[in-house]
Amino acid sequence: MSTITPRAMGQALDRLDGADKVRGLARYAFEHPVDHPAYLFPVQSTVAVGRITGIDRSQASAQPGVLAVLTYHNAPRLSTEDGELRVLQSDEVAFRGQIVAAVIAETSEIARHAASLVRVDYEGRTHNVDLRAEVPGHREHLRVPNEVLPLFPMDTAEGDVDAAMASAAVRVDEVYSTPWYTHNALEPHTTIACWTEEGFTLHLSTQGVTGIQAGVAQAFRLDPSQVRVISPHVGGAFGSKVYPRADVVLAAMAARSVPGRPVKFALTRQQTFSLTGYRPPTIQRVRLGAGSDGRLTAIDHRSIEQTSKLKEFAEHSTRATPSMYAAPNRGTQQWVAELDVPTPTIMRAPGEASGMFALESAMDELAIACGLDPIELRIRNEPDTHPHFHLPFSSRNLVTCLREGARRFGWERRDPTPRARREGGWLIGTGVAAATYPVLRLPGSKATIRADANGRYAVLIAAVDIGTGTRTALTQVAADALQADVEQIDLRLGDTAYPPAAEEGASAGITSWGAAICAAADQLRQRLATEHGGTVPADGLEITADTPENEYLKQYAMHSFGAQFAEVRVHEETGEIRVPRQLGVFACGRIVNPKTARSQLLGGMAWGLSMSLHEQSVLDLRFGHVVNHDLAQYHISSNADIGAVEVHWIEEDDPYVNPMGTKGVGEIGIVGVAAAIANAVYHATGIRIRDLPITLDKLLPG
Amino acid sequence: MRTFRYERASTTSGAVALLAEAPHGAFLGGGTNLVDLMKLDVARPDLLVDVRRLTSDRVEELSNGGVRIGAGVSNSQLAADPLIRRRYPMLSQALLSGASGQLRNLATAAGNLLQRTRCPYFQDVTTPCNKREPGTGCSAIEGHHRDLAILGTSPECVATHPSDLAVALVALDAVVRTEGPDGERVIPMTELHRLPGAEPQRDTVLRHGELITAIDLPPLAFAACSYFRKIRDRASYAFALVTVAAAIDVVDGVVRDVRIAFGGVAHKPWRAIKAEELLRGGPAGEDQFRRAAEAELADARPLAGNAFKVPLARNTMVRTLLDLLEGPR
Ligand SMILES: Cc1cc2nc3c(=O)[nH]c(=O)nc-3n(C[C@H](O)[C@H](O)[C@H](O)COP(=O)(O)OP(=O)(O)OC[C@H]3O[C@@H](n4cnc5c(N)ncnc54)[C@H](O)[C@@H]3O)c2cc1C
Ligand code: SF4
Repeated sequence: MSTITPRAMGQALDRLDGADKVRGLARYAFEHPVDHPAYLFPVQSTVAVGRITGIDRSQASAQPGVLAVLTYHNAPRLSTEDGELRVLQSDEVAFRGQIVAAVIAETSEIARHAASLVRVDYEGRTHNVDLRAEVPGHREHLRVPNEVLPLFPMDTAEGDVDAAMASAAVRVDEVYSTPWYTHNALEPHTTIACWTEEGFTLHLSTQGVTGIQAGVAQAFRLDPSQVRVISPHVGGAFGSKVYPRADVVLAAMAARSVPGRPVKFALTRQQTFSLTGYRPPTIQRVRLGAGSDGRLTAIDHRSIEQTSKLKEFAEHSTRATPSMYAAPNRGTQQWVAELDVPTPTIMRAPGEASGMFALESAMDELAIACGLDPIELRIRNEPDTHPHFHLPFSSRNLVTCLREGARRFGWERRDPTPRARREGGWLIGTGVAAATYPVLRLPGSKATIRADANGRYAVLIAAVDIGTGTRTALTQVAADALQADVEQIDLRLGDTAYPPAAEEGASAGITSWGAAICAAADQLRQRLATEHGGTVPADGLEITADTPENEYLKQYAMHSFGAQFAEVRVHEETGEIRVPRQLGVFACGRIVNPKTARSQLLGGMAWGLSMSLHEQSVLDLRFGHVVNHDLAQYHISSNADIGAVEVHWIEEDDPYVNPMGTKGVGEIGIVGVAAAIANAVYHATGIRIRDLPITLDKLLPG
Repeated sequence: MRTFRYERASTTSGAVALLAEAPHGAFLGGGTNLVDLMKLDVARPDLLVDVRRLTSDRVEELSNGGVRIGAGVSNSQLAADPLIRRRYPMLSQALLSGASGQLRNLATAAGNLLQRTRCPYFQDVTTPCNKREPGTGCSAIEGHHRDLAILGTSPECVATHPSDLAVALVALDAVVRTEGPDGERVIPMTELHRLPGAEPQRDTVLRHGELITAIDLPPLAFAACSYFRKIRDRASYAFALVTVAAAIDVVDGVVRDVRIAFGGVAHKPWRAIKAEELLRGGPAGEDQFRRAAEAELADARPLAGNAFKVPLARNTMVRTLLDLLEGPR
């Protein structure tokens, strides 16, 4: 693998689509102009588990303007094993809010009203939606999930944790929990589906047009070439738009029943809470054993989460733990409980965001138990090689991030005593935590480069820009790969008309797509040199290349690292919590575009605050649904909650990760924030909160 | 589609007459609550009589030294009004702590008082709720009730009234002027909202078709220094867990007069009469404030999920009064 020389990379370029977005010219899925659309609205189950015993659609069908009412009786039979996509295929209900019927009508208002007139009778069964009742030891519903990423096994073990714990001078053994989080992208899940003789055209909001194409083609027994998926702009996704879900299949079904007519479908905010996935709640136990000098002898991390009965999804919360600290005895274990709930899905830093809250809170507890500064404790446990893979790191700068952060944050002035600082009725504390995220490369991308004789390059790849700035950053990568100026590059993405691409996720976009573009650029240069004497022929030259395998994967462990700092204020009398200051220092390889990268990291840190203090989907155990299913009730940090947020990174030159030297910046910003804030809350108040979110009632003096 | 008629009248009596004929009709102010509830299928009026521009949009000084607020005054305008800010700062603070700038621009004073509870089950037609459908049961008592009431609840309903403005008005002894099919009347703010009892579907004592035309504030010199303190789950744009509106008149360390009201604790804005009585004529100090708060909250009957509101309300009241004594810290 050769690396490319940064010229465009590293420039803080404005977003290429920024002006269009600001002027409202960038079209999102639902805004795509279509002729004579029909509208779709779903009917959702009101029981959590059971069987449909009758559906009366007569009243709905009789409404003027209603075109069709779909139920499991008349919906097309699908061919898919994916339980989430098997919409309207049987009389079984697997979670409250599952789609049990749908109305297609001339207007969205008619569709919505008619949907409320569809009468569905159920024979309900007793449901189980309570993760808290699922404790190991009583494990009928619990099992070890399948691997999410082949590199990271669900169970790891080395040495003898129990023996090491028994003989450890200092021990921490605590249970931490994180709640059910809902994504709430600004743009809800939307689709415009049209069925013609050629097949489906789907305009939708997605993180991966290729994956949607494959999912829909399979479900409807079509050739992928009969499904065109277009997604030029996406208004946020955060993982919730990676996998195709019921909404897309339902829209396609509806389009099939009104051939030639585009069917428009936008979920309401309330519907997104049950239909688009969520970060599953976790219950985690962390055990740390150490000598009195703080050197770890044992690390053990176990997590229980939930999945649905339709499909397994596991957030691998214990994934980061084996990459963090040296200890001769280590174990991680991951379980999922199958409950009568919707299927969870990917949410920013799936695994690390929840898991590192537990591990990094426990590290703080250990530092206090050892009487050590928490940064010093982490430095003492810095491993020489990857503790689990036993490979050197391609680059690892956790300690540099901690030290640089400490310097910038003013950490050395800190008095570690809890409740030591007070100002005008507010207790003040500071906290620190480490962050990490693996460098991942997703399979399945190809890039085409078309060079023309005028020195322009069209770069085609079915990647998507979910609002992160991918379009701009990938243009910079292409410019450097082709040793051209940014102005010479015409990058086209967001359409299955272009070569297939892996989904936007796992902070792997630039790595997966950029590596394909670099490979194509390499081949283009070679072809030009060997066959065309170094100049582009008059009719141009086109090359397509795959994302290559990374030959260094067997030699190096590849991870980003970071350090998160937070200052919190807790009101002595009311327990109100404010976070006036957050500071993050990250080591994520080369930064392609400092402007968009900063936004990614800053957004992650802001979300980390929101996850720590505000967000929580409240489940009603009796009904089995999220009760606070709108933005007035599901609290996301408001502007007034976010204080000064400082984002820094250190220069890191890693020739092993990919030709660009990038590690990805999408996820790591959120990792560790919750622990830094919880640790700061402890420092301020002397109260350790192990269950997120940290709300004022948990800190209120009696 | 669920259709409804939309009407505008040229006079208040015309508007009242329109609704008198329509048992399922409703007045429309800014629509920021009513229209939301219509979308959720919680409210199903067949007639909307738009009164936003019909009622006065002015804040006027009254000859007795009080102030009259037209029912159509927007929340933003009311919060910014110089007279209000000077004489009743708690009222302006209450408004600014509520909703968002956009909502406040649209919301009217009368609509604010008559907004409906934010109990999540009330807003979700797939769950039982006595307030929405009498007799179906209360989902909140054994369910999610973190934000709900601790005082004056009934076995039928534990909802809270969400308005911040109403809490300040109750503390200030405001009165509401109405015009209804049976003529005009004046209702003290303390009596406008009800406790749920056996009829949680009735938020207020207003009769169908009774139009709020204005809100009158009596003069209260010591309210020129008054506070509204709102405790909520995030720093902005959230309904209250607990609020306290307070003004206190202390001379030589003795409480001459005091006004205290709680929000977020009951089906109505809760005037702390017991606490006020205990404090009036006695010394002003933290211990006294605390005892008064405890006396007021002695009747609290919290549920498992909102017991924290009792100490929260107490501490917030004590802190607000101390801040009034000492100046804010
Ligand atoms: C996301 C969100 C957050 C919010 N946060 C807060 C908050 O923190 N604090 C707070 O106090 N409020 C908050 N609000 C509520 C907001 O203040 C109210 O929606 C608003 O004040 C209602 O005023 P309106 O004029 O729009 O009323 P409308 O929605 O038009 O009407 C409300 C009710 O009043 C009746 N009505 C209107 N005018 C009259 C009249 N003249 N006479 C008789 N009846 C009348 C209507 O029939 C209806 O029943 C929030 C609202 C939203 C959507
Ligand atoms: S508290 Fe009142 S509004 Fe809420 S569910 Fe019970 S009856 Fe309905």
